[in-house]
Amino acid sequence: MKTSAKTSAKTSAKTAAKSTGATHTRQRWEPWNDPNQRPHVEISRVTKRFGDFVAVDDISLNIYQREFFSLLGPSGCGKTTLLRMLAGFEMPSQGQILLEGEDMSGVPPYQRPVNMMFQSYALFPHMNVEKNIAFGLRQDGVPKPEIERRVAEVIEMVQLNAFARRKPHQLSGGQRQRVALARSLVKKPKMLLLDEPLGALDKNLRTQTQFELMNIQEETGITFVIVTHDQEEAMTVSSRIAVMDHGKIVQVSTPAELYEYPNSRYVAEFIGEVNTLEGRVAAREGDHLLVQSQEAGCTIKTGPSADEPAGRQVWIALRPEKVQIALEPPPDTTTNCLSGEVWDIGYLGNLSIYHVKLDSGKMVTATQANRTRLIERPITWEDRVYLTWPPDAAVVLLS
Amino acid sequence: MKQGASWFNIASLVVGFLFLYLPIALLVIYSFNESRLVTVWAGFSTKWYGEMWNNEGLMNSAWVTLKVAVVASTFATFLGTLAGLIMARFGGFRGRTLFSGMIYAPLVMPEVITGLSLLLMFVAISLDRGFVTVTIAHITFSMCYVAVVVQSRLVSFDRSIEEAAMDLGCPPGRTFLQITLPVIAPAVVAGWLLSFTLSLDDLVIASFTTGPGATTLPMKIYSQVRLGVTPEINAVCTILVGLVAAGVLVASLVTRRQELRREMEERAAQAAP
Repeated sequence: MKTSAKTSAKTSAKTAAKSTGATHTRQRWEPWNDPNQRPHVEISRVTKRFGDFVAVDDISLNIYQREFFSLLGPSGCGKTTLLRMLAGFEMPSQGQILLEGEDMSGVPPYQRPVNMMFQSYALFPHMNVEKNIAFGLRQDGVPKPEIERRVAEVIEMVQLNAFARRKPHQLSGGQRQRVALARSLVKKPKMLLLDEPLGALDKNLRTQTQFELMNIQEETGITFVIVTHDQEEAMTVSSRIAVMDHGKIVQVSTPAELYEYPNSRYVAEFIGEVNTLEGRVAAREGDHLLVQSQEAGCTIKTGPSADEPAGRQVWIALRPEKVQIALEPPPDTTTNCLSGEVWDIGYLGNLSIYHVKLDSGKMVTATQANRTRLIERPITWEDRVYLTWPPDAAVVLLS
Repeated sequence: MKQGASWFNIASLVVGFLFLYLPIALLVIYSFNESRLVTVWAGFSTKWYGEMWNNEGLMNSAWVTLKVAVVASTFATFLGTLAGLIMARFGGFRGRTLFSGMIYAPLVMPEVITGLSLLLMFVAISLDRGFVTVTIAHITFSMCYVAVVVQSRLVSFDRSIEEAAMDLGCPPGRTFLQITLPVIAPAVVAGWLLSFTLSLDDLVIASFTTGPGATTLPMKIYSQVRLGVTPEINAVCTILVGLVAAGVLVASLVTRRQELRREMEERAAQAAP
């Protein structure tokens, strides 16, 4: 199977940033920004309580046809409960779920046009691969020749031809995962739910399988909803990601938007590495805010930002790779310039990671791509260094 | 520490095995005794095995015992499986402790009491004692064993495969028959075998609940032994011991081989890319 993602309208949407202002010749696939699109699944004000515990707290969410949608969050944030409500294994305590406009409340799992791939794969141990895959079609009374044809088709798609007659215990973890995927795809569901589908695979296999999943999703055109706690996985496969925390959705965005424009420290810290500097709004300068930060020891001129009252406490998010590190001070050291001492260096070959201790005691991380061979006088421990960044790199967070 | 066979280890092994198996060995040996007197050895012979077949009373009661055991263990398996299912699945319903207590109670209830109370009930509802009453009594006391075996298997059962079946369009009832039952089948079969053997060798409860024409083998043996042990009885018992030993041996060999094969297949699958 090909491991490279196809360049399609969808993948370009994945990599497109929000407001770079660049003109795109290719049409972007963003149904969530199109008011004429009807959502495929409409989750409206859904709450799920288990006794006193609120697992899912008043969530509203629209998922569109052909999306590869991720629910991302730490364990216990309610993402799996939400997925199980979509599958019909749990019923919402409040609110409703609409699939293609139809209310799903009270519809049991075996009557929903939705299939799920389980974290444990949940293969039937007493049936071979073929029988496992054919099970769903047999339940619907599909005629035998058609069952055989469709089973052969998906077996081909997940490349299990050689293993069709084996029992689950005769398969490796990766093969089991593909049987589970084939079994949930063979009924051509309107929506496929995947609960940590790659959690049990080792890292190499996982990366490869991520791309396979994307290919299969594009080939079949089925809406995928995936639950994961692995932000890298979510970033790779998703058209959009919902970051969840304590039963609530914190932010729903495309991977690029989520990384570049997180709406809170929680999201910024969950997705990739980030430096956060605490400060207070001092003034406004055109589109930008000027933030006075004790921790930073300078004034920070932020990227384009909404107006905030002077004196409001804010946090500035700075991605390590957007920070320039230098031994020479820049011309203006009072704005967008941190100075400190190199505390630690991690050399990864392609990247170097610098941990810099600011004069306020705050540790800041900067990563530099090693584009040339090591220079004659590299930055080393205990050097006094200056960190600078373009104003666009500084994102204002209010919480 | 010294591994292997010290004289002490060997001695304790021998004493232990003698303690367990000497009586049975004596029984087997005397079943091949020529003499009519059980305790006097008069040369090797298999004539008592022949006599045994011609002893109509003995054969009748063997046949009754077999019928009772098959019918009782089948019903007990059905009811016990349901009870095990309820205990494993229906979490915290009202009266759960009472229910499970009532399921487990017959395990520790003295047989005399079980037998007596069943007898009183059969008399109260004026049910004629015989084959039916013995069978009912055996169902009563052996279903709790099945329930325990099935429940312990269900506790380690991955429920997501049931959810997967339902997710693929299989209603709950059919899911039980097509998915749950085949997976817990070994426990159900084990439960059936357990209640079969329990029914086979029950003496106390059968004596309380039986009636004319439904004398089970243990009862027959017991009543004959009171008149004096005959080599015929020894022969019957030897056959019983042989059957049980063969059954246990075959069952353990088969499961062991299956386990080995499964292990090898699993290892082979993991090694493959």
